Amino acid sequence: MSRRDLVAGATAAAALTTLPAGVRAGTAATDKPVMATVNLTVNGQRRELELDTRTSLLDAAREHLHLTGSKKGCDHGQCGACTMIVDGRRINACLTLAVMHQGAEITTIEGLGQPENLHPMQAAFIKHDGYQCGYCTPGQICSGVAVLAEIKAGIPSHVTADLNAAVTASEAEIRERMSGNICRCGAYSNIVEAMTEVAGRQS
Amino acid sequence: MRSFTYERPSTPAEAAASVARNPEAKFIAGGTNLLDLMKLQIETPSHLVDVNGLSLDRIEPTPEGGLRIGALVRNTDLAADPRVRTDYGVLSRALLAGASGQLRNKATTAGNLLQRTRCPYFYDTAQPCNKRQPGSGCSALDGVSRQLAVIGASEACIATHPGDMAVAMRVLDATVETVDAKGTERKIPVAEFHRLPGDRPEVDTHLKPGELITAVTLPAPKAGTHIYRKVRDRASYAYALVSVAAILAKDGTGHVAFGGVAPRPWRVEAAEADLRKGAKAVTDRVFAGAKPTEHNAYKLKLAERTLTAALNQARA
Ligand SMILES: Cc1cc2nc3c(=O)[nH]c(=O)nc-3n(C[C@H](O)[C@H](O)[C@H](O)COP(=O)(O)OP(=O)(O)OC[C@H]3O[C@@H](n4cnc5c(N)ncnc54)[C@H](O)[C@@H]3O)c2cc1C
Ligand code: SF4
Ligand code: FES
Ligand code: FES
Repeated sequence: MSRRDLVAGATAAAALTTLPAGVRAGTAATDKPVMATVNLTVNGQRRELELDTRTSLLDAAREHLHLTGSKKGCDHGQCGACTMIVDGRRINACLTLAVMHQGAEITTIEGLGQPENLHPMQAAFIKHDGYQCGYCTPGQICSGVAVLAEIKAGIPSHVTADLNAAVTASEAEIRERMSGNICRCGAYSNIVEAMTEVAGRQS
Repeated sequence: MRSFTYERPSTPAEAAASVARNPEAKFIAGGTNLLDLMKLQIETPSHLVDVNGLSLDRIEPTPEGGLRIGALVRNTDLAADPRVRTDYGVLSRALLAGASGQLRNKATTAGNLLQRTRCPYFYDTAQPCNKRQPGSGCSALDGVSRQLAVIGASEACIATHPGDMAVAMRVLDATVETVDAKGTERKIPVAEFHRLPGDRPEVDTHLKPGELITAVTLPAPKAGTHIYRKVRDRASYAYALVSVAAILAKDGTGHVAFGGVAPRPWRVEAAEADLRKGAKAVTDRVFAGAKPTEHNAYKLKLAERTLTAALNQARA
């Protein structure tokens, strides 16, 4: 390939990729939404939704169920603001499709506790100032609750020294396990304190 | 995102047939790589075949004394499995060094093997990239390439396989098991699973269209200290710049594979004979013929030093 071919190719590619994808893929005519019925149990309530198959679990909760506690930070699995607990496990709700979760049990921050009935982790975040702007907080708290459960279940982490020994909720373990939750305000050390307090109370 | 129809079959043969039948169909497992790429219109399937209903989520002993890991076993469950922790520690360690807790809860064995490169130009749809758009050119050659490959690459593409799990599987001599639309089963050694780019960097692996991964098998455990060392830009939640998966005996012999340096986990078995001579003797052979760029030449030294650290760890 000559230099000129390369440049021509480059220009063509750049032009192509700035077009709307439907046009690029030549599917403008057929690219109609595909709908599906999705049944979920969200915070203990059965919900039936008619959704475009493209709808992420995060958008299903925020846009269709109006549960806006879970936040969209990056929409690409990079920040953890969308963390929910699905069938007992924390996941990034932005990187999964609602339609893949027929019948699933979903817990969002709204289901964990309410202002008059706080989950111990929510109360500890308030007590220790585990946030500043609060945007990452619902994800941090859902993740925090699941992290303590993972430690209890004996799931090892990158910083666990002995893979075959019991795991403890040390500061190093908490920090490593919470690395999927980014906080632009840098409330990390207060989050560790809040989680340490809840872990201590649990054990 | 382009719209798509969705299907959740219950047998591997049905799933394979669905994808084989439709060139615009893709399997989806955890979705953590595919959906990311679909949002950016880098992947544009018009039909998704959800493999989560295929009951491929078990870890079973094999008659040969090894383990058969279902394609749908989640990264968290594989890393935490007592047999893996005890006998295949390098695999637990590699998995736990990857991504985040949330992602590992979703990510599957097959999806992890098939994750696409993290080359920044592959992700930037305003830039030429031969892997994303065949024939458009490679932006990385004259661009920022500090993350990219130093060996095994081509004029057309210098991307790496970015994952950690496959590096451990390479040192463990794992085998990928597949089934196609006709029900034909195939076993592919992990060493031959990922392609080198050559002049077709858009094709990452030797899988055929519609070929479904059903499992990865590990042979009987290898004795020695199991080590996975990953060097990255921050202590957690970042891809490897260089990683070393090693199984090392006290006398200094053993096996080693490198990650973050090539389009596939990089291992040169013949070089392992030199392990007792120290890291440099090994990396000189493993990286013979390397063609680093100005930005990533540091990886050669880093690979040697990371192996030194692994050798020290095994002796300690
Ligand atoms: C922010 C972030 C950070 C990350 N950091 C790391 C890291 O440090 N180290 C690391 O190793 N990884 C990292 N990852 C990548 C992660 O490990 C992968 O996204 C994950 O393993 C993919 O698995 P999945 O099941 O979600 O795959 P999917 O997204 O479901 O699928 C990926 C591909 O595999 C195909 N596929 C899936 N199952 C099968 C099957 N059974 N047979 C045939 N084809 C199949 C799909 O069609 C698709 O092309 C990171 C990801 C993110 C988003
Ligand atoms: S290195 Fe490969 S993936 Fe990166 S821009 Fe070049 S062709 Fe694309
Ligand atoms: S919004 Fe899901 S990880 Fe950032
Ligand atoms: S409190 Fe502001 S981002 Fe975490």
